[in-house]
Amino acid sequence: MAESIEFTPACPLPIPEYPRLLLAHGGGGQLMHDLLERMIFPAFANPLLESRHDSAVFRLGPTRLAFTTDGYVVRPPIFPGGDIGGLAVYGTVNDLAMAGARPRYLSAALILEEGLPMETLGRILASMRGAADTAGVQLVTGDTKVVDRGKGDGIYITTAGIGTLDHELTIAPQRVRAGDAVLLSGDVGRHGMAVMAVREGLSFESDIESDCAPLHGLVQPLLDAGLAVHCLRDCTRGGLASSLIEIAESARLELRIRERAVPVREDVQGACEILGFDPLYVANEGRFVCFLPAAEADRALAILRADPLGAGACRIGEVADGGTPGRLLLESRIGAWRILDRLSGEQLPRIC
Amino acid sequence: MKFIDEYRNAEAARRIAETISREATRPWTIMEICGGQTHAIVKHGVDTLLPPSLTLVHGPGCPVCVTPVEYIDKAVEIAARPEVIFCSFGDMLRVPGRAADLLSAKAGGGDVRMVYSPLDAVRIAAENPAREVVFFAVGFETTAPANAMAVRLAAARGVRNFSLLTAQVLVPPAMEAILSAPGNRVQGFLAAGHVCAVMGVGEYEPLARRHRIPIVVTGFEPLDILQGIALCVRQLEQGRSEVENQYARAVRREGNPAARALLHEIFQVIPRRWRGIGEIPASGLGLAERYAAFDAERRFGPAPPPADEETVCRAGSILRGILRPYECPAFGRACTPEHPLGAPMVSSEGACAAYHRYRRDVPERPAEGAVARG
Repeated sequence: MAESIEFTPACPLPIPEYPRLLLAHGGGGQLMHDLLERMIFPAFANPLLESRHDSAVFRLGPTRLAFTTDGYVVRPPIFPGGDIGGLAVYGTVNDLAMAGARPRYLSAALILEEGLPMETLGRILASMRGAADTAGVQLVTGDTKVVDRGKGDGIYITTAGIGTLDHELTIAPQRVRAGDAVLLSGDVGRHGMAVMAVREGLSFESDIESDCAPLHGLVQPLLDAGLAVHCLRDCTRGGLASSLIEIAESARLELRIRERAVPVREDVQGACEILGFDPLYVANEGRFVCFLPAAEADRALAILRADPLGAGACRIGEVADGGTPGRLLLESRIGAWRILDRLSGEQLPRIC
Repeated sequence: MKFIDEYRNAEAARRIAETISREATRPWTIMEICGGQTHAIVKHGVDTLLPPSLTLVHGPGCPVCVTPVEYIDKAVEIAARPEVIFCSFGDMLRVPGRAADLLSAKAGGGDVRMVYSPLDAVRIAAENPAREVVFFAVGFETTAPANAMAVRLAAARGVRNFSLLTAQVLVPPAMEAILSAPGNRVQGFLAAGHVCAVMGVGEYEPLARRHRIPIVVTGFEPLDILQGIALCVRQLEQGRSEVENQYARAVRREGNPAARALLHEIFQVIPRRWRGIGEIPASGLGLAERYAAFDAERRFGPAPPPADEETVCRAGSILRGILRPYECPAFGRACTPEHPLGAPMVSSEGACAAYHRYRRDVPERPAEGAVARG
């Protein structure tokens, strides 16, 4: 060994902008945020779009309506606990529910790949029908296209939905207030890990099933009880942390949550430990956060827990009075505070 | 969760932190070698529980961070070839080379696949005999056995269209380099538990003796790290310089003899350049002569020569513990995880990325320029 080593910093020049779209631009992290901010929102700028809620809420005549759309590209299309069909219905139903709307009518566009087994298609369509019945919505219009083999992952689905609001509350991040309690409707990380476990190339065995479920049945009793719900957000792509960061930024308030208070099932935690994932950033399809005045938190929890879908509901934190606007802080299990930040892209499994 | 919760117990953490505060009568500087430990320290806030007299510096033990840029460039070049399926662990995909990263190579049409084990790459090779399958073999002694096993399997099964682009590195030579460098501040080491689970603790004894420095083999959970620090501080206070094993539930004295034998069969020790640090003698693994047919550099040409680059990135100083991530002028400004100027900002285990993600503007963060803990 030499007495001393010549240390020469050899770091690369930056790659200033990506000239092509990366998969990570759709991952729900910082890159996606940048894509939306720089290209998508400016292209269509209008006040309804810029409210950046899960649904656009507006009035047509005497009726308040919520309107939303979402594309589904999950691979594989059938996964433990669900499939792309149920997901496409519940996802849109949930986006309407997060605006406080009763979901009414859905459209569906199917993009099918040449070679898709009819049996798979049949199963997915049956699942869509079942999900629509469960959610009490009707699928009233749609479109079907077939693309060449190799141009799609079997099946992509886009759904749009219309819901009605029979109350005058505005449920949006801008309504969040200092002192609000942050409630979570149950354990997190199941959908993302269920899909990971059956994704090609990842060979760990698990019994984790997606939490895919319609949420308006949980939301409506909160509204019916007259609770002053300030904001609702489902914790889909990017998980609980990403949803809370979006709300903190839109509300320009600081949120504080406790890691110990966030329920994570043991098998989900184990799978996350193996892959180096943080369950707070893993996708859910049947979980949401609810912001409302702290004085109403216990009543809201009792209502949520009365429904099997909300049996694991809990209070995970508060909106700070003061602090840094737009910041999400987490008290770690050992009692230290740290930032929860938007991920750059998708979580990538670590080397070791 | 069993074997997780007990190592993240707030009460136990507080007790160990109190012991450390009681026993540390002087300022000490301790380096954790492994990026996994850096990540855990910053993520769980272990450093915020320590007395101010104790300084933790973050070592070069992030395999993604120290992989030389010329190997990233070579990987991107190989991945762009139409006959190649390029396989890699996930966190290598975003590491910037001089012109592009592997994700961009994929977006440009390259067949880049994220795998979870090098054995998956051997399977892909067997299933695609008309393609060349290259696995990016990076990492420390922890990843080396699985990579060696992949080569042995490919050889045994006659999978000739499989090769490794190898940038494996070894921990003890890097510790030697840090201790021998002028201006070294490190007074004690937390050695990387998982490296020792493979290699055993024997290699560290000459280091501890020669440099009179305590080395504590340490695990990765918050309590492991706190206990490792406590053992290290006790040695420093008592003037001892021994190799101690905090991570006895995973690390045996002799390591894993089967894994070590596999390493000796497949690889040979070679000099290796470390990104941000430079060349360190006998600090890497390359394929042994009898397995040279599996060397991607023989198949696709050697990695390009390293080039000096003008950059504001201070990775070299950060990886040696001379600068804190937030003391770098580019930190959080020109250099972010989305647009990293240097490797420590890329990987989740990199010191800069860990600080950027968890500590960017938490109130406890010390003022700019202050010599601070953790």
